Amino acid sequence: MTMLEVKDIYKSYGDVHILNGVSFTMKKDETKVIIGPSGTGKSTLLRCINQLSPPDKGQVWLNGEEITNPKSNINKLREKIGFVFQDFNLFNHLTALRNVSIGLEKVKKIEKEAAYKRAMEELTRVGLAAQAAQYPAQLSGGQKQRVGIARALAMDPDLILFDEPTSALDPELIGDVLDVMKSLCGKVAMLVVTHEMGFARNVADEIIFMEGGVIVEQGSPKEMFTNAKMARTREFLGRIGALYGDEEGG
Amino acid sequence: MAADFGQFFLNSLPNLLSGLGYTLLLTFISIAVGFCLGIVLALGRVYGTKVVNGFCVGYIELIRGTPLLVQLFIIYFGLPTIGIIFTPLQAALIGLALNSGAYQAEYLRGSIQSVESGQMNAARSLGMNKLQSIRHVILPQALRISIPAWSNEFIYLLQYSSIAYIIQVTELTAEGKFIAAHTFRYLEVFAMIAVIYLILTIVSTEIIDRIAKRLSIPGIGAATRISLRDM
Ligand SMILES: Nc1ncnc2c1ncn2[C@@H]1O[C@H](COP(=O)(O)OP(=O)(O)OP(=O)(O)O)[C@@H](O)[C@H]1O
Ligand SMILES: [Mg+2]
Repeated sequence: MTMLEVKDIYKSYGDVHILNGVSFTMKKDETKVIIGPSGTGKSTLLRCINQLSPPDKGQVWLNGEEITNPKSNINKLREKIGFVFQDFNLFNHLTALRNVSIGLEKVKKIEKEAAYKRAMEELTRVGLAAQAAQYPAQLSGGQKQRVGIARALAMDPDLILFDEPTSALDPELIGDVLDVMKSLCGKVAMLVVTHEMGFARNVADEIIFMEGGVIVEQGSPKEMFTNAKMARTREFLGRIGALYGDEEGG
Repeated sequence: MAADFGQFFLNSLPNLLSGLGYTLLLTFISIAVGFCLGIVLALGRVYGTKVVNGFCVGYIELIRGTPLLVQLFIIYFGLPTIGIIFTPLQAALIGLALNSGAYQAEYLRGSIQSVESGQMNAARSLGMNKLQSIRHVILPQALRISIPAWSNEFIYLLQYSSIAYIIQVTELTAEGKFIAAHTFRYLEVFAMIAVIYLILTIVSTEIIDRIAKRLSIPGIGAATRISLRDM
């Protein structure tokens, strides 16, 4: 069953065309990884999906409901789509616990006690129960990002969008975040923009290679890494592999 | 001489206390009303439509571009000519509150805009609407950031509320003038008045500092600067 359908998305900023007709679908609990050179529109695509930057043209459907329809209740639909940011964007004035519980309290209108309890479960799941009372400024980058993931998870989303979740982290902190993401595999659909080739190779159901605002090629990690059809894909994967290494992760 | 001054001080005390009461009344009411007005104007400037933003800019520029004294004269002497009459206290409260609102709007706008845009994105991504995002995410941070500027505004109002004496409000400075005019002891009277303002300023700065410390959160506003200095 198709859960997410992205249909012919176009987006420009001023005269600059960023996305030029992007289409793909995702099934329930699937993991897809988007790769591609800088400035290609990967972040823009994620922001089009949850309407942080509404597309100029094209449609996005979630569970048969059209997100891009101006008549649909976008706030309600966003509850179902988590977003994990490259620079975390934790709420600076709230503790880790309340960062995770605030969506439950204010959006889902769950009582404080129950919201805290659920938030604590999610923090435990990402290994941060002990940091519940700490403020973002008191957490390491890797811890912040795991709180970011817990915050998304607490809302019981159908889909979580990850925009380069590890690229602002020191190398030694990346592993913890990737481990958490791997543990979510098959439990919730994940659309992940990343340069972590180890993660893409070992965890993704499909890899999407984007360049110039279009999808150049997509396929299983095996096809993409060993048997990519397009020369451009092979070239990019070769370069990125040399840069980031495709050994680590598993 | 000292005993004489002591007696003089005691004799003046009822007038001084009454004046002090008006000064505090003017300060607290106008800072509070000005704060509410300032929040509305600041939000209008940052999040309003073009029309709303234009209206807020117009108001703020009008107030900041004209002297407080002229504003008070318009409210107290000008408006009665078109049938709108206020008591001196009412006129002073309205004038100071409208004036402070414009200045507070600018401080608050600055602090709202200093909250990174990612905070709003994260709030909206959770499913909060714009109002919820402002209320639960943006303002709690912006207000903390604006405490130092707000503290200055408080002290400014405390001292500039003395301008109300010109429209016959019997606040502290006016009482001083009254006592001095009857005793001719200008130096002693205004020295006493100066000391009272000084004490008020020191005490209120201390209180606001304590409140700020109590509300402070690691990584936000003043606390950031302090922790950076500590490192
Ligand atoms: N709000 C905006 N206004 C104008 N231009 C923008 C805006 N957001 C993004 N762009 C431009 O759109 C292009 C694509 O940006 P995007 O962030 O989607 O690329 P990306 O593939 O995520 O790149 P990276 O790997 O560097 O994150 C860039 O050239 C960027 O400068
Ligand atoms: Mg990006």
